[in-house]
Amino acid sequence: MPRSLPPSSLSLSGSLIRERRLALGLRQGEVARQAGISASYLNLIEHNRRRVGPDVLDRLATVLGAEVASLSEGVGGALADDLRAAAAASPSAQAELERIEDFAGRFPGWAAVLAAQHRRVGQLEQAVGALNDRLTHDPYLSTSLHEVLSALSSVRSTAAILADTEDIDPDWRARFHRNLHEDSERLAVGAEALVAYLDGSDAAEEAGIASPQEVMEGWLADRGWHLAELEDEGGLPGLQAEVAGLASAAARSLAAAFLAQAAVEARALPLAQLAVEWAQDADPARIASLTGLSVLAVIRRVALMPESRAGLVVCDASGTLLFRKPVEGFALPRFGAACPLWPLFSALARPMTPILACVETAGRAPRLFRTLAICEARLPQGFAGPQLREAAMLILPEDGPRPTLQVLPLGPSCRICPRSQCPARREPSILAESA
Amino acid sequence: MTPRVLLIEDEPNITEAIRFILSRDGCEVVTLADGLGAVQAVRKDVPDLLILDLMLPGVSGLDILVQLRSDPATARLPVLMLTAKGQGRDREAAERAGANHFMTKPFSNDDMRAAVRALTGR
Repeated sequence: MPRSLPPSSLSLSGSLIRERRLALGLRQGEVARQAGISASYLNLIEHNRRRVGPDVLDRLATVLGAEVASLSEGVGGALADDLRAAAAASPSAQAELERIEDFAGRFPGWAAVLAAQHRRVGQLEQAVGALNDRLTHDPYLSTSLHEVLSALSSVRSTAAILADTEDIDPDWRARFHRNLHEDSERLAVGAEALVAYLDGSDAAEEAGIASPQEVMEGWLADRGWHLAELEDEGGLPGLQAEVAGLASAAARSLAAAFLAQAAVEARALPLAQLAVEWAQDADPARIASLTGLSVLAVIRRVALMPESRAGLVVCDASGTLLFRKPVEGFALPRFGAACPLWPLFSALARPMTPILACVETAGRAPRLFRTLAICEARLPQGFAGPQLREAAMLILPEDGPRPTLQVLPLGPSCRICPRSQCPARREPSILAESA
Repeated sequence: MTPRVLLIEDEPNITEAIRFILSRDGCEVVTLADGLGAVQAVRKDVPDLLILDLMLPGVSGLDILVQLRSDPATARLPVLMLTAKGQGRDREAAERAGANHFMTKPFSNDDMRAAVRALTGR
């Protein structure tokens, strides 16, 4: 006796029943009669216009000599989610959301292709976001991105044609199918090349593409953003020797200055003490008051703790980013100006005023972060000299429940931010609004 | 009357997709795969609408547009520019050169249809 399934899983049985019946060469009326239902009702079931109940499904399975389970594949949750997300990403298409199950039931292969392409588009948009701000500086990336965007454009149009055109000629269908395959291959190759290029910091250095700041940050990233030697007496010379081997004189100079500052701060606030205090109350200002260090110095120490998940950005009075430690989900521009809504810049305008904020990043998968920003001013040439400002923003992933603080929506940089209605927008984004 | 659209695009799969979309929307679509000879082709038989990719082998889309705008016979020809780069300066350059509309790849089929209908007065 076929095993019954709950009604919730029966939504796409119609297509499967029809497939099975046609494969057996049975007439609709005959199957309906044997199952004890009318032919018109079976017709509605087969076109997914009526949900088939467990009892009728049992009888149909018996007539068709099939297991109930083989006739009861519903739209997987992930597939339905992807299709809804694809629809949401193209609101102007006005996809028939109420017919997702019908679509997936009638064209399961194309539904899977559409869902896969939507996921791929999401991945590529992320890659585009990470790369676009380098376009004007890097002809290789400009060309590579052009290739990816062209393939993406073809995939988008072709997939939409296949999804929207029910009466498509078989020759055209086959041709578009082939085009999709070709462009998917192109996308895969293009995306891999871009990722390899981005990962290949050594190659970038050899090609003279990486900036001195990128070289220094690459060195820190290779060390896991923690300089353990600084925590021990006598560890500094070894690090200085490493820094002396960096690619360019400018990078060596930057890294040496960074190292000297980090060594002073490590001595003033040993790691063991920092770990205890941070675990007790993650407030850099409180720890600064305990140790006599500046808040900025404590923020730097926190960001470079071993296994720290905190990101860090530092800027000067012009807003130029001087230091970037990335944190997953919070994109940091490599070139060009950052989002003006970053609390970092609010802090810059008000020296010694701590800015605590909860922020939400833009994009397909928005993320919440707690940011702690502060600006400090100094007078290296005394009263007669200029006042120099430096601001830092610690970026802490907010993993818990949504905080009660007002959430500030922000982005990475206007060019790669999808918030089209942002009042602070400087220039149009290359990303679709729906992203 | 069936609008005649000349599409100059070097990506064959994009060409096929646009040709399919517009043909089903009632247009006659003629295609060219590069910029060489594009200006002569337009002058020989002026279409109702020119869809022009910005980055073409041979002669760039911008150069073609500038030449067409300098000729009284094609100065008012509706031109839709396409680009895969999405650079603000590309859009500005296209608008300065006299493009009537500008679309960034990847574009939606609905947007393409709507733009072509508007530019062909339908």
